[in-house]
Amino acid sequence: MTSELDIFVGNTTLIDEDVYRLWLDGYSVNDAVALRVRSGILEQTGATAGVLQSDTMDHYRTFHMLERLLHAPPKLLHQLIFQIPPSRQALLIERYYTFDEAFVREVLGKKLSKGTKKDLDDISTKTGITLKSCRRQFDNFKRVFKVVEEMRGSLVDNIQQHFLLSDRLARDYAAIVFFANNRFETGKKKLQYLSFGDFAFCAELMIQNWTLGAVDSQMDDMDVDLDKEFLQDLKELKVLVADKDLLDLHKSLVCTVLRGKLSVFSEMETNFKNLSRGLVNVAAKLTHNKDVRDLFVDLVEKFVEPCRSDHWPLSDVRLFLTQYSVSVHSLDGFRHQVLWDRYMGTLRGCLLRLYHD
Amino acid sequence: MPGKLKVKIVAGRHLPVMDRASDLTDAFVEVKFGNTTFKTDVYLKSLNPQWNSEWFKFEVDDEDLQDEPLQITVLDHDTYSANDAIGKVYIDIDPLLYSEAATVISGWFPIYDTIHGIRGEINVVVKVDLFNDLNRFRQSSCGVKFFCTTSIPKCYRAVVIHGFVEELVVNEDPEYQWIDRIRTPRASNEARQRLISLMSGTGSGSAGKEGGPLKALLRQQTQSALEQRGGSPHRFCRRREFPFLTLTAFPPGLLVHVGGVVSARSVKLLDRIHNPAFVGIMGNTRSYKLLDWNSFNSDEPETRDAWWAEIRQEIKSHAKALGCHAVVGYSESTSICEEVCILSASGTAAVLNPRFLQEGTVEGSLEQRIEENLPVGCGFCHIPYDELNMPFPAHLTYCYNCRKQKVPDVLFTTIDLPTDAVVVGKGCLIQARLCRLKKKAQAEANATAISNLLPFMEYEVHTQLMNKLKLKGMNALFGLRIQITVGENMLMGLASATGVYLAALPTPGGIQIAGKTPNDGSYEQHISHMQKKINDTIAKNKELYEINPPEVSEEIIGSPIPEPRQRSRLLRSQSESSDEVTELDLSHGKKDAFVLEIDDADAMEDVHSLLTDVPPPSGFYSCNTEIMPGINNWTSEIQMFTSVRVVRLSSLNLTNQALNKNFNGLCENLLKSLYFKLRSMTPCCLCHVNFTVSLPEDELIQVTVTAVAITFDKNQALQTTKAHAEKSLQRASADNEEMLQFPLELCSDSLPSHAFPAAKEHLESASSNSGTPAAQRATSVDYSSFADRCSSWIELIKLKAQTIRRGSIKTTVTVEKASPMGDGNFRNRSAPPCASSTVGVVKMTPLSFIPGAKITKYLGIINMFFIRETTSLREEGGVSGFLHAFIAEVFAMVRAHVAALGGNAVVSYIMKQCVFMENPSKNQAQCLINVSGDAVVFVRESDLEVMSAQQPAVNCQPSCTGEVTT
Repeated sequence: MTSELDIFVGNTTLIDEDVYRLWLDGYSVNDAVALRVRSGILEQTGATAGVLQSDTMDHYRTFHMLERLLHAPPKLLHQLIFQIPPSRQALLIERYYTFDEAFVREVLGKKLSKGTKKDLDDISTKTGITLKSCRRQFDNFKRVFKVVEEMRGSLVDNIQQHFLLSDRLARDYAAIVFFANNRFETGKKKLQYLSFGDFAFCAELMIQNWTLGAVDSQMDDMDVDLDKEFLQDLKELKVLVADKDLLDLHKSLVCTVLRGKLSVFSEMETNFKNLSRGLVNVAAKLTHNKDVRDLFVDLVEKFVEPCRSDHWPLSDVRLFLTQYSVSVHSLDGFRHQVLWDRYMGTLRGCLLRLYHD
Repeated sequence: MPGKLKVKIVAGRHLPVMDRASDLTDAFVEVKFGNTTFKTDVYLKSLNPQWNSEWFKFEVDDEDLQDEPLQITVLDHDTYSANDAIGKVYIDIDPLLYSEAATVISGWFPIYDTIHGIRGEINVVVKVDLFNDLNRFRQSSCGVKFFCTTSIPKCYRAVVIHGFVEELVVNEDPEYQWIDRIRTPRASNEARQRLISLMSGTGSGSAGKEGGPLKALLRQQTQSALEQRGGSPHRFCRRREFPFLTLTAFPPGLLVHVGGVVSARSVKLLDRIHNPAFVGIMGNTRSYKLLDWNSFNSDEPETRDAWWAEIRQEIKSHAKALGCHAVVGYSESTSICEEVCILSASGTAAVLNPRFLQEGTVEGSLEQRIEENLPVGCGFCHIPYDELNMPFPAHLTYCYNCRKQKVPDVLFTTIDLPTDAVVVGKGCLIQARLCRLKKKAQAEANATAISNLLPFMEYEVHTQLMNKLKLKGMNALFGLRIQITVGENMLMGLASATGVYLAALPTPGGIQIAGKTPNDGSYEQHISHMQKKINDTIAKNKELYEINPPEVSEEIIGSPIPEPRQRSRLLRSQSESSDEVTELDLSHGKKDAFVLEIDDADAMEDVHSLLTDVPPPSGFYSCNTEIMPGINNWTSEIQMFTSVRVVRLSSLNLTNQALNKNFNGLCENLLKSLYFKLRSMTPCCLCHVNFTVSLPEDELIQVTVTAVAITFDKNQALQTTKAHAEKSLQRASADNEEMLQFPLELCSDSLPSHAFPAAKEHLESASSNSGTPAAQRATSVDYSSFADRCSSWIELIKLKAQTIRRGSIKTTVTVEKASPMGDGNFRNRSAPPCASSTVGVVKMTPLSFIPGAKITKYLGIINMFFIRETTSLREEGGVSGFLHAFIAEVFAMVRAHVAALGGNAVVSYIMKQCVFMENPSKNQAQCLINVSGDAVVFVRESDLEVMSAQQPAVNCQPSCTGEVTT
């Protein structure tokens, strides 16, 4: 006696959170059944393996049918086929778009194209995440990217509106889209110590201050592309290190204030010119796309690593960066105060976040 | 009475992409009613077109309004080739014809295509202006209201019961017409859908519709109606002896006594068309008639009518033998395989209070009986027949409740448990399952084989039911439904009922096992081991279902002590003629303590199967009646579901035993799966569990289950049941004293209250249950809508569908159109969807009520037919994926229609047909589904309080308060 057909359809669509997770994690029905058996559900409920198999199949079928709708979450809200309570709808969407930290670190900043998709196999092997789950996460990134890429208005708002995600998740997606669009390099070995949260934090700061949206809220792509004009202008900052008098003056201003307040004062004093040169040169190079991509590599190389090798405590880094930015206001010969603040304000936040082991 | 139908097409959304090049669609809409068609403009390049059309007006006769559905077709405009159909929406405008129901149909309807399923939605507004709206006593059937429910709807009160209304329409299935060989599957499916829905309309409308040349489906509609007559207490007394009522729940006072289950079956040969007509009766056993209608043109409705008339006559005579003048909880069904057809009818013989019946029997004896004392809670158990002249040897004792009247020791009925019945503990679902192999045969030989098998099937089913009932320690069955399905090489019987312990009936005896070979020591041991197991099970069940009957001390009441029960022997291997066996249907009640004699493997098997039925896990109860006896504190969470399983039997040479085991396992597993799936709802009860078995092909068994899970409050449950039990005890003793006064009160009470409100508003409405054209599968493997349509003319009538309209009532409309509650609710309801822009929730339930809520308005009957076909079965996820999606779509369309009527729930929902055919080798499958229910507006009781606080005048609909429920 073999079962040809076995279905259960409720007026309210039944959603089993545990099975949903297994499905999202890309397990096959048989694997999912095995995992459920291991969870001890048979003992708890007195069910048989056959019952569990049938139940799992049913849920998988439902999820499979829902998947098409989950690709455009507002459709899930307006469709008539599945009657699902709003709280459950939200859960379905949120979980579907949730991604694994390990996975996102692999693709962050990469071009979301088919070429990369071929690498999913490798990512799957490397991270231990099933290929199916990698596909879903990658497709989610790509889908969100495609939809909001050319839209005007706030990036986070757009994502929230079109994908009905929670605020937290929408912000994460904004970071992913921003990174993918600007193709920031995040995969280099020296960047491995950074978490997705670190990058997302920087992305948010950059979106707020460095994009077109920061100056004009009515532009297309305003939150996705960096403000080209601003990047061009950053060349003007070069004078801070090119002009020897200005550099010396800057150093003495900073040193006067920080003397006695830093545990690593002497290291700071000797390294000041190097650090300053590093930070200003990063700014000046941002006119080239290639250098924009290497922003994080440069920041880590030019600032984080030197400080770390001298064992600066985080509090000292904070003090230094604050004083370093503020002192520029006292440089009479320097005319680009506004530009400096727009650059340094964001950079300071980023550096502080990036500065850890 | 003519009327004007007005339709406006507002917009569409989520349309499919019809133009690959632009990824868009140029959609327009055709609106068709009768022979008139209107078109909207083409809305270019959009998946969300805004037509915002003018009002399309159809001037039509009311008969058409009732019979025809409004047909809306969405198409993609194509300049160079034919326009492509996107899909259709059929809207039944019946609900707009009653002034107190819906006034407008407006909302988003899923656009349905028989090949692709749901493809987007369309927003439509429909209105009807009836010309002489002022006349409420319409002579046409326009004001007759149909209901699906088998009890009297909560907002209405039955005033007079009219009787059984039936209508039979026969039509040819378009799928078997010659044109089907050349037209597309889609056109064919649509023709079928349309015809079935048209027939359904015809049946419910006027009886005298003539069948056009295209007719091929058989449909039968039966309904009983209660009619309200103005204020006058005088009633017309047309004499009709046996009213058939399809009601399963009754207003208080209507049901006087219950005799027992009566049933009749008959095997018929369906005919081939165009043969010279003559009638030949081949064989005739007493209850199982084999009639050869072979050459008679059985597609004439008259012929089918005659068949049913015969069966009803049979039922009547059974009921009469039980001293009853009425049959309640009546239903009819058919099972068709090839050209053999089993017609079945069953009901419960009962004595009704003639005051409710327009054509009451005024026989002296009956009158007398009714004037007798009717103690509440046990009266219906008292035997209606004469003790000295019993129709069968039953074992009678004095009622354990009132001690005045005789009761049988076991009671089987097809009705719901009367609300006033005194029950001990909780009830449970009891099923008897049986398979019998049958040789493949043709025509007459096949019919003979079937009629020979039937009596044995019935006998076995009853034995199983009885054994299981005793194993549960209970003494009565309610909602009994026996389904016998015929297949190519087997017969299947499935009986479902809800077992309860009625306080009025004696405690059931146990089951004793006796061996045949007494000298074998190890055998003896085995027997005693089994006996112990059975006794343990009984004890366990008593605990599980809380069956601890109050010890009615016989000394106090001083009634005669019931004589010790005889242990009647039931010999298994006895071969009985079918004549004798048929009597067993009725006489099973007499068996008290059972002795199961284990003399062969068969009996052994039976005992084993008794013990393999696993009780539901803790927190779960199940029943097939409306409500679970012993639970009365429902909370508001409900989950209606349909589950379908098809299994393929593995080997060709199956034995009866293996078959039984398989079938048993299938049903048990299905139940287990349900319990597992719904585990998050515990404590809950599966109510109205409805199993349907069909045998779509050799070796394929299809089981369809529809039920509703309702949560309840466990703590409260315990309290209330206790209180209830105590109350019943008190009542029992009190009844003794009040006996003389009580019936008088009852009568005087019921009359004026019923007569009074009638004077003002008499919207006569008859309700009925909806029909089911059942496209019963005709031939076993005939994928006729697939490419190979080579069916010959002879196969024209292969598809026989049948509808049973279940009974109903004419009622007084108690909630008037102006009801502030209804309107208030309407406002309340419609506001949130707009605000949140999400889809409003529509509840569905097979029950006639919604727990924790009050139904304020009946909007009309929903009766829908869908056909779905696929030629890419694998791509749609195989048979399971295909049917899962289809059923989900059907639910969605029902909900959308209810929402468009302004309702928020469907009650008395039933899936009458689910005919599924597959041909995996061709990657094809086809399914036909028929569902129906009553669209209603309900208000949560908690909301109701808030509302009534706001508008104090609200909840005093004068007649509404005096409802049936009291």
